[in-house]
Amino acid sequence: MGLIWFYIRKTFTLFRNEVLVLPSRTAVLVFVVVLLLIPVFTHDPYLLRILILTSVFAIFAASWDLLSGFTGQINFGHALFFGVAAYTSGLINVNAKLPHLLTIPLGAVAGVLTGLIVGIPCLRLKGTYLALTTLAFPIILMGLVFAIPEVTGGELGVSGLDRLSASRIHDYYITVILMLVLTSIMWKITDSNTGIILHAIREDEVAVRAGGINTTRYKLLAFCLGGLFAGIAGGLYAHIMRTVGPSTLEVSLSFQVIIWSVFGGIVSIYGPVAGVFILFPLAEFLRLLWPEGRMLIYAILVLLVLLYMPEGLIPWIRDRIEKECPRCKVRSVATRKTCRVCTASLD
Amino acid sequence: MGQDIVVNGLINGSIYALLAVGFSLIFGVARLVNIAHTALYMTAAYLIYIGLNHWGISSLLAVLSSILFTVALGLVCYQLFIKPIREHEAAVLIATIALAMIIQEIFLLGFGGHYLGVPPLATGYFMVGSIKVANQHLLALGVAVLALVATWLLLFKTRIGLAIRCTAQDREVANLMGINVNREIMVALGISVGMAAVAGAIVAPLSVIDPHMWLHPLIMMLAIVVLGGLGSIKGSFIASYILGFAEAVVVFVVPMGAFLKGSVALSIMILVLLIRPEGLFGVAFEEER
Repeated sequence: MGLIWFYIRKTFTLFRNEVLVLPSRTAVLVFVVVLLLIPVFTHDPYLLRILILTSVFAIFAASWDLLSGFTGQINFGHALFFGVAAYTSGLINVNAKLPHLLTIPLGAVAGVLTGLIVGIPCLRLKGTYLALTTLAFPIILMGLVFAIPEVTGGELGVSGLDRLSASRIHDYYITVILMLVLTSIMWKITDSNTGIILHAIREDEVAVRAGGINTTRYKLLAFCLGGLFAGIAGGLYAHIMRTVGPSTLEVSLSFQVIIWSVFGGIVSIYGPVAGVFILFPLAEFLRLLWPEGRMLIYAILVLLVLLYMPEGLIPWIRDRIEKECPRCKVRSVATRKTCRVCTASLD
Repeated sequence: MGQDIVVNGLINGSIYALLAVGFSLIFGVARLVNIAHTALYMTAAYLIYIGLNHWGISSLLAVLSSILFTVALGLVCYQLFIKPIREHEAAVLIATIALAMIIQEIFLLGFGGHYLGVPPLATGYFMVGSIKVANQHLLALGVAVLALVATWLLLFKTRIGLAIRCTAQDREVANLMGINVNREIMVALGISVGMAAVAGAIVAPLSVIDPHMWLHPLIMMLAIVVLGGLGSIKGSFIASYILGFAEAVVVFVVPMGAFLKGSVALSIMILVLLIRPEGLFGVAFEEER
């Protein structure tokens, strides 16, 4: 009995000292709890649908950050992975009648393979060349989709997919929990040794190579990981919408994911997730407010926010509410005068 | 069919050349990937339509004023939205995408998604052997070539052109040599947007004007610039005609060609890049660390 009390007290202390001590961690906790509790209070299908799509795109945006934000290999054609996975899931589900438990992983595998196919030739290119070349792939595939309508359904796409689950509440929990788990995995990856190497590749590739690291292999790994997570998002999207059209390959989707990520703040994983959770519902809200002008307001908002917070919204907010200790690099609340760990002065 | 391919290839190639050379120029000088470049090209086309149908001014005046106004718009947008965040590459990228979206949405709001047309400046046609050549096509080609030659003269025969090329080669050293880098960037941007506007003025009477007309040229332009080598004016020029003709051949020869024209052009780009990663005439920028 005493032991159990000890562990409960220990967990509570840890929780208080590690989570509640920083506003950003508290915010993440509140976000997760609210997200999981929403269906308890409302069953509004419209709201749930928006949140389901937001979660899917959050996975997608985070995968872009993992690939492009961390390694600096800006990918202008991220919709390729999304579209390939969505089409793979859709075609397999409709033609071979496999359940979605198989088609979504198969879509993710297709995403990884696409990452390899695109990555191997493209990694000979650098910087802007790479960015502009990756833009080409989804457009080439889109041309093929339109040119062979017998297989792909052309402009109408593939329709009549299985539902993800029996009810919308189930859909909601599946996508939200998957989103939380996958983004945590991505965040862990970027926090690991691999993540540090990817960081270093962005900062100075020559130095990393001089350090005896095969940078091409790591960049290819980033492509595959990006393809994997974007592929899962694509497969989920296919089963939620129950139809896959050429819109999953569009240039505007590729641009959109960059807008979400950069708006939220790249090189952080949580930045793009926050970006999607702010911008996607905002776009839907503007649709109710002024349907014709919603993209105009949306674009102006993005432009203005970037003008004042070029690093992205979330890093900007975080720098306002938290300060980094100059001595031990641990973050503390901005209201503190001294560091919470080493008591050095924070100013 | 042969004549269609030649005429279309030449016109497409020239329009792409105007766009790509301008894009290449501003990329070289300011390292700015300007996604809004073709949105400004669309602006010029729309302004001609507005000038002709709403203000009722003459064709020539409409063309000239639209080009001037587009250049002014480009410079103002740069000063207001791009310059303050120049140091943040990703933010600049999104800012230009957002600008392009804003321009598209403004025209979508103002004119709806309708296909609009502008009457041609020159009517009629003449025969070369057995081939029918429309006067408007000839005029378009003439203007395009004139604009390209003028740009070439400006860049390679004048002192200001020399300063622009210096800035493109090495901004810091150019600055040390007493070149006003910020002014050169503005001049290069003016030229770049001006060429896009000329391209828009050429396209306006030849095809339809609609709020999404900027996307296809944008993709082709990016492909051309990569194919020719980033920042290389000569490379952009040659690659424009390669992809312009490739597009024309695919449209007229291959079944379902209209859907595949983009795919084929982009596949050519990727194939060339696999053999020469720096493009046809790539300028090897020294690694900027």
